Amino acid sequence: MRAMSSPRSGFGSGFRFLFEPGFFSSGPVHAALLTGTVVALVSGAVGVFTVLRGQSFAGHSLADLGTLGGSGAFLFGVGPLWGFIAAGVAVGGAMDLASTRRRASRGVATGIVLGAVQGVSALLLYLDTTSGSTTGVTVTVLFGSLFAVSGYTATATLAFALLGLASLAVCYRPLLLDSVSTDLAAARGVRVRLLGLAFMVVMGITVALSSLIVGTILSPALLIGPAATALRLTQSPLAAMGTAAALGALATGLGVLLAYDSYHWKPVGNGWPVSLFVIALLFTAYLLSGLRRPRAGTGPAPATATTEAA
Amino acid sequence: MSAPVISPMSLPAPGPAPDGPARPVLEVEQVSIRLGGRQILDRVGFTLRAGEFTGLIGSNGAGKTTLLRIVLGLRGADGGSVRVGGKPLTRRARGVGYVPQKIQIEHDAPLRARDLVALGLDGERLGPRLPSRDRRDAVARMLEAVDATRFADARVGTLSGGEQQRVLIAHALIARPRLLVMDEPLANLDLRAGQEIVELTSRVAREQGVAVLLSAHDINPLLPVMDKVVYLAEGRAVHGRTDQVVRSEVLSELYRHPISVLRVDGRILVVAGATVRAEAFDAGERDVRADTAARPAGLPEVHAG
Ligand SMILES: Nc1ncnc2c1ncn2[C@@H]1O[C@H](COP(=O)(O)OP(=O)(O)OP(=O)(O)O)[C@@H](O)[C@H]1O
Ligand SMILES: [Mg+2]
Repeated sequence: MRAMSSPRSGFGSGFRFLFEPGFFSSGPVHAALLTGTVVALVSGAVGVFTVLRGQSFAGHSLADLGTLGGSGAFLFGVGPLWGFIAAGVAVGGAMDLASTRRRASRGVATGIVLGAVQGVSALLLYLDTTSGSTTGVTVTVLFGSLFAVSGYTATATLAFALLGLASLAVCYRPLLLDSVSTDLAAARGVRVRLLGLAFMVVMGITVALSSLIVGTILSPALLIGPAATALRLTQSPLAAMGTAAALGALATGLGVLLAYDSYHWKPVGNGWPVSLFVIALLFTAYLLSGLRRPRAGTGPAPATATTEAA
Repeated sequence: MSAPVISPMSLPAPGPAPDGPARPVLEVEQVSIRLGGRQILDRVGFTLRAGEFTGLIGSNGAGKTTLLRIVLGLRGADGGSVRVGGKPLTRRARGVGYVPQKIQIEHDAPLRARDLVALGLDGERLGPRLPSRDRRDAVARMLEAVDATRFADARVGTLSGGEQQRVLIAHALIARPRLLVMDEPLANLDLRAGQEIVELTSRVAREQGVAVLLSAHDINPLLPVMDKVVYLAEGRAVHGRTDQVVRSEVLSELYRHPISVLRVDGRILVVAGATVRAEAFDAGERDVRADTAARPAGLPEVHAG
């Protein structure tokens, strides 16, 4: 999996400590950079709506249940992407249909679907690990396989990512309205049930894609992390989505770079997982954004006073 | 069911509003609904005309929210019809602005007051929208009209209840609806904020020629601005001008129970029982000395003159 080392990078030797030789000429690295950053873009944007709509729990559950799809896919001999996507869409849809319109019951519906499916995915992971020919599956499913994404899978990943972004652009205004008040949206003629279902499916696809990149354990972090940071830094919805998308993409790009470099760290030849770096970077950004939180308040004096008194 | 329904027709027909056409903006006819084995609304009917400010008054559980949700098309009814601008409710182009009692928005949600008002223009539409100067100007003007300019760039979730109401009113009115529906806007506001919201709503609605249907359990904050009242009790409604409906004999018949309507210092007190000289208000007498026994708890002593 290690990329070819070219004798000399295009950069001066001063950059060698940052860009290990071959970083810019390795095919797998290019593919990883492209798919990783695009998926992170979608995750960040979808994440803002996930937080706005109070559905972070559903995001976590989708990832947990993605394990089912990923591990199941290996048993059937298809790539993990398809397993993740199938699980994400099916489970997202099921959670939405199981919930009523009331926000509070979404958590309950999510919990019910979660409990039912988690047992099955544990079984599948067990079958994967005991069926000899698929060793390493558990690692791939749980921690992602960005450097292994190539060719056909990379194309499919990009296509799904663009589909997610396009859906978000189409549903942007009704989604925003619905996140303020479902009644308000419904009174304006928005088909709120259909919209909720569509969003859950987009979320399912997004979580599936990020599971492929950083694994099912950390994919909620890629969904929620950049959004949480962006909410601290921005005031308007578009700015939040842009910031979250940029943060996610930046962290993923840097993560790929560091993971590539880590093959040259001691002990040499034993690289660290990309997801580790991505999540560490996102978490650092979140902590740093907290530093400027006290200054971020732009509410009017009376409102701020009320807020702090409460 | 056996008792006769008080019909709005038994009252003098309301005249056309001073600054609006006579064509009704909202027609509610014979709306009935049964919920949890109880008849919540029983053949309720009334009509709203352009520019009229109508208070929907009723105690807790009287069915105000249920009726408003039917008017908004948010829930169906067992029977009856609702027409807005002469047309039955459809999913599209309802021409009704809505101010819900509360919104579920977090403190850190990245949505400024001006973003929420802009959603009032076309928040139901699909597809991306390009920013334009016209839109920005329209939003700024609407914010100014509800006196919300100073917190236009604050997140909606950080605003106080009264400030959120203003933003929601701007959101509801920016698309120039014919009808503005507000469910209990005063429920979470203190007296002064409530008064401000009532006056603001009335002023903006008159400027735009919008009919307002606003629910409340207390009639008093609405008295300065209210043209008409729909009084809801026991599933039935009486509709008419405030001075026609809020009378001892009308409300006593509606509640099927003796009710006294007292006017004290320009406020109207609706109290159960006929112990007070209930005819005082109806007869136009101005000097009512309410018995201590009939005075609802918590009200100050009444001093005449
Ligand atoms: N879905 C439902 N199922 C059963 N009963 C219901 C339902 N919705 C409302 N009700 C009942 O209908 C009655 C009227 O409710 P509604 O919310 O319309 O009253 P309201 O006048 O708005 O009261 P409040 O002043 O407390 O807001 C209440 O007794 C309520 O319990
Ligand atoms: Mg109510």
